[in-house]
Amino acid sequence: MATREEIADILAGFALFGDLQTPQLLGVAGTFEEVYFPQGERVLRQGLTANGFFVILEGTADVTIDGTKRSEVHRGDFFGEVSILLGEPPTADIVATTPLRCLAMPGTAVEPFLVSYPRIMYRMLQAQARRLRNANRWRS
Amino acid sequence: MASPASDERPFPPGEYPLIVVGSGPGGLQLSYGLRHYGVDHAVLSADQAAGGMFRKWPFFQRLLSWTKPYAPAARSAREYQRYDWNSLVTFEPELRSMQTSFMDGSSYFPSRPEMQSSMEAFAERAGVQVRYGCTWQSTSKEDGPIGTTFTLRTSDGEYRTPLLVLAVGVAQPWSPSPPGIELTRHYADTRDAAWYAGKRIFIIGKQNSGFELASGLAAWASEITVCSPSPAKTSIEKRSLAGVRARYVQPFEDSFLGLGVKILDASIAAIVKVDGGLRVDLKRTDTGEEMAVEADEVIAATGFTCPLLDLPELGVQTFGQAKLPAVTPLWESASVPGIFFAGTISQASPGLRKHGIPAYSGAVHGHRYNSLILARQLAETRFGVPMERPLLAEDAIVPFLLREATRAPELWHQKAYLARVISLADDGFRDEGILPLVHALDGMTKDVIAMTVEADGTGAIYPVVYVRHDGRLGEVALPGHPLLDFETPAHVEALRAALGSVLHEASAA
Repeated sequence: MATREEIADILAGFALFGDLQTPQLLGVAGTFEEVYFPQGERVLRQGLTANGFFVILEGTADVTIDGTKRSEVHRGDFFGEVSILLGEPPTADIVATTPLRCLAMPGTAVEPFLVSYPRIMYRMLQAQARRLRNANRWRS
Repeated sequence: MASPASDERPFPPGEYPLIVVGSGPGGLQLSYGLRHYGVDHAVLSADQAAGGMFRKWPFFQRLLSWTKPYAPAARSAREYQRYDWNSLVTFEPELRSMQTSFMDGSSYFPSRPEMQSSMEAFAERAGVQVRYGCTWQSTSKEDGPIGTTFTLRTSDGEYRTPLLVLAVGVAQPWSPSPPGIELTRHYADTRDAAWYAGKRIFIIGKQNSGFELASGLAAWASEITVCSPSPAKTSIEKRSLAGVRARYVQPFEDSFLGLGVKILDASIAAIVKVDGGLRVDLKRTDTGEEMAVEADEVIAATGFTCPLLDLPELGVQTFGQAKLPAVTPLWESASVPGIFFAGTISQASPGLRKHGIPAYSGAVHGHRYNSLILARQLAETRFGVPMERPLLAEDAIVPFLLREATRAPELWHQKAYLARVISLADDGFRDEGILPLVHALDGMTKDVIAMTVEADGTGAIYPVVYVRHDGRLGEVALPGHPLLDFETPAHVEALRAALGSVLHEASAA
């Protein structure tokens, strides 16, 4: 499964890519690589450098810090961008809790990718703003 | 194929403790490893002799992977493998670096027939036995009280085994499905180059195979267009083999100079017949603008998939356009235990892909080591073959790891993917050998030190040491070196500092 056309169709349904037309979605689909993680495998490791940016196509993963589960990520969610943008190792493990199919992009490709697709950058900024708001609510 | 009455081929239909399917480099290397460890097994192959895809491809008959006949290491030495991407690897020095003896000196990229000869000679000299002309046709599995049994139906009859290893390559031509794709020809069916004299060629796909055709047909075609939705990058730009190889840079230069090659970023809406040829309707990736290109032939250089036959129906999960199987870090199906993968399919386990640089498991110089590791794992865990894990004196660890970082071909060819691993056992430090880094970090119950060689996509190459100790995982990148010598006093000091607490705690205990 998962030809470039099929990936583009899936991406069309994700908020992050909601502003793109089909030719752009096909281009984006070719920019990523599809990767698979068996249940229980780590996708990101707390403290290890040089990771990538991931968008979940199928499956669920736990976000754990020092072995304690903090949240979950699901289909359509993305992760890895914070450590790439800050140039720091991830502060959490991402561990597949079901078979996990993702699109992956190397960290070095993220900046040119976002600059090429400003509408994706804007959507990512919106998502980060929501995460920040929710974190602030949780603290208050 | 021999008639049944005079059939002297090995491995007649029946029950075997382990069956390998495939006689390309992956199958040969795995079978060699299994024999070395004394594991009884059968090897089946649909081909008539050893070599796998190298019996047919690459189309222009010259490999992308090189073997340097002359290098800074003796051909019988382990270190020489760093300069020889094509020979299979052996424990016996006299069987090493076989590829060099089949090369005529005209290029350090072996020709396809030279590679084929080398593979055939390896099978013969290393004593790898294969039942050729035996085509795997379908599979079933049965779960019983002592585990799962797989039944393979073949052109020669039924085989039963609890352990199945598929080394069947990523060799099934794949094409996308825009309207009119049936009017195209796949890379695998490209005609003789002379047929393209004076013709206009449209090539779908910007991987190496697309640019191999664009390079090879430049002397024949009147116009060449290479097209896919995403832009292509060369290995020189990406500082890794992830891009189009330097051998095929000429079409890029021709494109930049406006000399007969056009490289387009566009998706294909349709391919239609028109007077005098074909018309490819396109939508540009950047603007969405519609355009069309006419050609005499459209070739889909769009890659290959794994020929896994009915395994997905048995529950083997696959992913990606190549339909690679979902596997564990030790290449076992993640969804059907007991089925393993070797050879170029071992790229299905991607490792950490640090800096986006892939392992080279899709090529012989990468997967030959994966096969030996798999053979060792199967021998130990499934057949009870005891494996040595030599004790290392504490003061030997730093020089040992730096020597490996400087010289081990496994670490140089499989950067950030394979590691030299030392475990911290109750009785001291033990050499666990070469293992996948992910397995060492996540799959071993013991605390470990793992040494890798890594690249970051800028051209820098440097060693990295990982330590998992007392539930914590850390990594330290050691300095690089302009001459790639990681055994300098500065490296000794840096590695001692990185391992400091681990070494001191162990010696105190």
